[in-house]
Amino acid sequence: MHEMSICEGILQVMEEQAAAQQFSRVKSVWLEIGPLAGVELEALRFGFDVVTSHSLAEGARLEIIELPGTAWCLECSKSVPIRQRFDACPECGSFQLQITGGDELRIKELEVD
Amino acid sequence: MCTVCGCGEGETRIEGQDVGHAHDHHHPHHHHGDHSHAHGHEHDHDHDHDHDHDHDHEHSHDHDHAGHQHHTHGHHHHDYGQGPAHAHAPGMSQSRMVQIEQDILGKNNQYATANRQLFQDQSILALNLVSSPGSGKTTLLTRSIDDLKGELPISVIEGDQQTANDADRIRETGVPALQINTGKGCHLDAHMIGHAMESLQPADNSLLFIENVGNLVCPAAFDLGEAHKVAILSVTEGEDKPLKYPDMFHAADLMILNKTDLLPYLDFDVEKCIGFARRVNPDIEVLQLSAKSGEGMEAWYQWIRSRMA
Repeated sequence: MHEMSICEGILQVMEEQAAAQQFSRVKSVWLEIGPLAGVELEALRFGFDVVTSHSLAEGARLEIIELPGTAWCLECSKSVPIRQRFDACPECGSFQLQITGGDELRIKELEVD
Repeated sequence: MCTVCGCGEGETRIEGQDVGHAHDHHHPHHHHGDHSHAHGHEHDHDHDHDHDHDHDHEHSHDHDHAGHQHHTHGHHHHDYGQGPAHAHAPGMSQSRMVQIEQDILGKNNQYATANRQLFQDQSILALNLVSSPGSGKTTLLTRSIDDLKGELPISVIEGDQQTANDADRIRETGVPALQINTGKGCHLDAHMIGHAMESLQPADNSLLFIENVGNLVCPAAFDLGEAHKVAILSVTEGEDKPLKYPDMFHAADLMILNKTDLLPYLDFDVEKCIGFARRVNPDIEVLQLSAKSGEGMEAWYQWIRSRMA
């Protein structure tokens, strides 16, 4: 979607944290991303390297933790896994699903020097 | 490049005025450490995560900055990114883990929360109109304004990459309009809207239309603080657009099917389209209308009126 700007956002958070928590270099970054966040992981990895070059996170390792997409199926009255917003319930085929998880786009933690 | 939207720095323009780099200043989150859980655990860089990191902190970083008026941030400057982070602090060479747990779009959401508060305080109904280019948004707007301006105050924020053509078209209707040019940016963000509100100063108890950049992808992720996103789809487009761009139709509360006067000449299957929209968003409301012929417009006005209260 706009992976480059997301990478800029990540860099900005890291720079703020560097000032607040007194570190000068980021060695690894852990992100948590759900399948419904609208993010292409390959594009994100590419953008990350570009955006972080000549920054405090130059060469940092990007670890992406992929979270599951989940929805509450009104027909089955239970939580079911989904991959996309228009998926049907894998058990009953209904589209009466309330998305309950999978749109996360978070920085979880950093390994820093 | 802009951090929020990726647009080239300094390219955002409000009414042709360079707003500096629209996102450089006014960051509302300066004063609290509450989204940066600085656990002091400087464990010795082999990351054996078997000790618990005290995760019982509430993740209270959910941007509950509603009380922060947008205007109050006017003079906070960020001086990150100008070098200090590159400096090597002596004695800080040991690796450690820093818990962040922060939404990457959190900053936009903070601005959106501030906007939403402002809208609420002034009883402004803000509608964020999103669509592909060419769906007839501006025609729908000008007609709606002509028909409604006698009964309620209306103002408009227009977002386009370039030109003030749309704002000019709106101004011809006699209501205040403000053009934001996003430059290379593909969407409006909450921060631009906050700025626009400062110049536009909409009346209390009024209706604010925000016409987003024609794009069914990126605007879905950016909350502007609006009451509702309204997705406009014209029947000259494919009926499967809700499936092709599910994020947008999921984020919208209302789908308007525009240009229904052309239906006799097209193969567009209305029911199928509505079915697709409900698949990605079971709660989406649907209105069918033609901004050209006027058919169906009254239902749209009723939809607005019922939310003005």
